[in-house]
This record gives sequence, structure tokens and C-alpha cells, in this order.
Amino acid sequence: MLLLPVVLVAAVALVSGAYPLAIGDALSALLAGPRADGEAGVVVWKLRLPRILAGLLVGMALSVAGAAYQGMFRNPLVSPDILGVSAGAGLGAALAILLGQPMAVVQAAAFIGGLLAVGSVYTVAARVRHHDPVLVLVLAGVAVGTLFGAGISLVKVLADPSVQLPSITFWLLGGLNAITAGDLAIAAPLMLCGLAPMWLLRWRINLLTLSDDEAASMGIDVVRLRLTLVACATLMTAAAVSIAGIIGWIGLVVPHAARLLAGPEFSRLLPASALLGGAFLVAADTLARSAASVELPLGVLTAIVGAPVFLWLLARSGRTS
Amino acid sequence: MNPAGATPTAEPSAAPPSPALEAVGLATGHRHTCVGRGIDLQVRAGEILCLLGPNGSGKTTLFRTLLGLLPALEGTVRVGGRALPEWPRAELARMLAYVPQGQMLPFPFTIEHLVLMGRTGHMARFAQPSARDRQIAGQALEALGIAHLSGRSCMEVSGGERQLALVARALAQEARILILDEPTSSLDFGNQLRVLERIATLGARGIAVLMSTHQPEHALRVADRVAFLKAGRIVRCGGREIVDAPALAALYGVDARLIAAGSAYPSGAQAGMLDSDSDSTR
Repeated sequence: MLLLPVVLVAAVALVSGAYPLAIGDALSALLAGPRADGEAGVVVWKLRLPRILAGLLVGMALSVAGAAYQGMFRNPLVSPDILGVSAGAGLGAALAILLGQPMAVVQAAAFIGGLLAVGSVYTVAARVRHHDPVLVLVLAGVAVGTLFGAGISLVKVLADPSVQLPSITFWLLGGLNAITAGDLAIAAPLMLCGLAPMWLLRWRINLLTLSDDEAASMGIDVVRLRLTLVACATLMTAAAVSIAGIIGWIGLVVPHAARLLAGPEFSRLLPASALLGGAFLVAADTLARSAASVELPLGVLTAIVGAPVFLWLLARSGRTS
Repeated sequence: MNPAGATPTAEPSAAPPSPALEAVGLATGHRHTCVGRGIDLQVRAGEILCLLGPNGSGKTTLFRTLLGLLPALEGTVRVGGRALPEWPRAELARMLAYVPQGQMLPFPFTIEHLVLMGRTGHMARFAQPSARDRQIAGQALEALGIAHLSGRSCMEVSGGERQLALVARALAQEARILILDEPTSSLDFGNQLRVLERIATLGARGIAVLMSTHQPEHALRVADRVAFLKAGRIVRCGGREIVDAPALAALYGVDARLIAAGSAYPSGAQAGMLDSDSDSTR
């Protein structure tokens, strides 16, 4: 049911941009296979398809990670960026770029940075008692995110201004324009490695939204399940960040929309988040590269949508609780 | 076989079944801070044991220990005759269920999904609820008279209905023992009675029920036996008749006359007292 908007968005993304294509041309180029000749063939197969695929994967990864974090922290206001995971992964990746490491190391560094961030946020939040846990988690995430952000700034100062700095800055803005098929070949399997256990454990993940005592009394090993889930969600976030930079807000907004459409039960929430996230990011990216004569940074567009939605959610949750 | 002997369980009837849930010489607490000590407790199948005690008497810590969520500092807990640490988590969930206070959930799960979660201990690690699981969940909802709420969000039903759904979840868990933590707190008068009425029927299903409450009249209404917990010790245990004004005065540390005045809840105009009473808990 949600597959339709994904196909529709991808089709629009395929034909629009700086070099608009007629639907017929795009379709025939697509059907002609990767060796299609002519300008349409090059545009479709070399430029647009990898970018659309990257958009689908990154949007899926960030949204599913967001849905998982929200469930396991029993908090609809957290997301990879609010928990500082994106900043942590960003610092890891920036460090690896600074040291001139290959893509695989950038990925690994992003994963470790992300785990460090979510680990410290959770540890701090678990120790603070007698405060609203939602507030503590969000504030701890902001603090940790800022700390890792400062680390990123430091890396930028240290970076070679002619070669590394532009590439780090460009990458940090968040966008799909620099992603190559090779990047995808590394990131996609990592994202699937994070996704597969989540899909297998999808029923049990529902129980993490209850109190730990309740979940344990119903027969699950809460600590192990939560650690597994943190590792999976962080892996997905890190894989997305290391190829697309820090694209904020998707991991917060999309799971919410998905929950409204499909309900909170994870076996429905997960596919809904994945499809909606992919469609949202491809749509935003298409807008970013065709709305103005210059290409807009993708992170700017997602923030324009995401920040107001976050504020609206905050106001609403304050009223009901 | 019966080392404690502290609880009055001498029944001459032919070989009484071994208690479903039993604590012997139990000390409860967190690491080095002992909250309760020397606790002997038995709940048999089909029996409702009501635990009364003031705030801070160690009820919650005792429950968490009985559920295996906190290790016992001393003594043993036996579930179905087998020591608690020997039970694997999922297997224990099929024997022993916990009904927490019906607090708000962060996400709008349907009542059916909430009850289905109780089936997790019966499911394989990667499984989804089967048709049989749904059927059992449906029967549990039926048994508590809330089958019509099945598709509703747990955020939009009343507190009493949510509490009943949590009891239904424990039934769906098909456990032989239920531990209920103040199931009527934060409910209005009508919902308290509705929840109590359903709890009273659990004993008839052969389930061993241990529940805590802040309201002695609730113990009088449903309990087969009552235990008084004070400062981490079971100070008294017996039939309902032990719940009288002097005993409650000693337990809660108030003037007996106050209790005598309050316990004679007249029907009619003054029934609202119960309501304001419940608001003052917690």
C-alpha cells in the first residue's frame, strides 16, 4: 500500500532535475539496461538511479533507526540526531576522512562514534533520577551531540584547507550528490545487517515499550534485547551518515507519520517507516536539486519540515501527559 | 518439608497441594540495603492473598524479589516447588505473571496487542503471534468482560479498562500465579469495584493470586487470606478476620478510633469517602 508513493516519488525523481527527461525517454533508457547509450541513458543509469537508490536506503535507515530508538527508549521524541548518534557517527567519519582512510574504515569509525554517543546519552539519562525522563534523555542527547559537534569543528580546523576541508564540509552538510555506486555497495549491506535482526525480533521489540519489569516478567531478556537493538539502529545510522553526511530530522518525523498510518506495532511500523522514509528523502532530494538554479543542501530542506513538526509534537505531548 | 510453620496452613484435608508460590526466610533489598527480612509467605492455587502495609513497608521490593527481578538476599523463593533461580526466564513467564499499576503507555497500542504481548513467553524467539495466540488473547479479554475494547487504543480507554486489560494480559500469559501491584490505585470508585470483582473470579480458575492494596476493605472483599507487612516483616498473616480496627491501627500507626469510624462505610451518601481515600494513595 505504501509501495505506491515510493514508486511514484522515484519516477518523478528519475525525470526531473537540471536535465529534465520525458517520461518515455527515461523509461526506454531504463529498459535498455545499464549500457543504454545516448544522454538519457547516461543521466538515468549513471546519475539518477544511484542517487535515488541512495535516497531510498538512507531514508529507510534513518527512519527505521528512529522508530527503533523511540520504541526502546519509550520516548516518541528521540531520534538518531536528537540522541547525538548522528553527531557521534559524523565525528567518527570526519576523523577517518582527516586521516585519509578508505571507505570501510570511515564506516567503522562512524559506527564506533555513534555507539559512543548513544552509550553516553543512555548512561547519563539512566543515572539521573527524579526528573522527567523524556526531558533528561533529550537534554542529554543535545549535550552529547554538541560535544561531538565540537569535535567535528576541531577536525575541520585541523584539516588541510585545500583538500580535506572542502570534502569534510561538503559531506557534513548532508546530501546525496557525492554518493557513488561503490559507496552504496559498502553501505547497503551494513544497513541490511542492522535491519535483519530488527525484522526477526519485531514482535519482542514491542515489549521494550513497556517498563523493564513488565517486559522481563513476560519472559524476555530486556538488557540483551535492548543492546542488540541499539547496535542495529546505530549501525544503520552510521552507515547512512558515512555516505550521506548528517541529514537531520528524518529519524524523528517519519516514524511519527508511520505510526499514525500503521499503528505502533513494530511489525507494521518497521516497513511503514522504511518505505515512508525512503520516499520522503527521495522527494526532498528531488526538490533540493530541481527547485532552484543552485542545488540546495538536503539537510536544510529536511530541517524546514522536521523542526516545526518536532515543536508541534513537543507541545502536544506536554498537553496529554 | 515444612520448616517455617509460621503461616497457619494446617489443613487436615487430604494432602494439601504444595504452594504455588512460597517464600522461606526471605530477605529482600538492593545490594547492601536490606528492605525486608525473615519473610515467610505461601500462596496456594485458587487462593487470593492480600498484602497490606503502609508506604515504604517493602511491598514493591518484595514483589520484585518474588518475580525474580531482584535476587533474594537471603532465603529462597519457590515457584511450583522449584527454586526461582532455576527457572529460565521464558518458562517462568508461563508460570508467574505480573500485573503492574495501569500507568500510561508511551505509544497507542491497541488493547488486543497489549494482551497479545502476554503470549511472548509461549512464542519462539523470532515468531509473530499465531492464530492460537490471538484466540487465547480474545478469551482473556472475554473473561474480563472487555472483549468489545479489543481494537481500541490503550490511550483512549479509561484507567479501569486499562487495568483490566493488564489483568487480561496476565491471563493470556496462562500463568498459574498472578502478582498484582495495587491494581486499584488511581482508579475511581466504580472502576475499583469492577476490577476487584474480576480479580475475585481468578481464584475460581485455580490461579494463585497475590495482590497488594492500600485499602483494607478491598482485602475484606476479595481475599482468602491477608498478610500484614510492616517495616519489611510479615507481622501478621491469617484469614480475613484479622483485618480489624486495632490491627489496622497498629499496622498503619494511627488511632484505632479513626479507623473504626472510617471502616464502617455506610452505603449511600458517604460512599464517596472511598474515592477521596484512593486519591491520597501515592
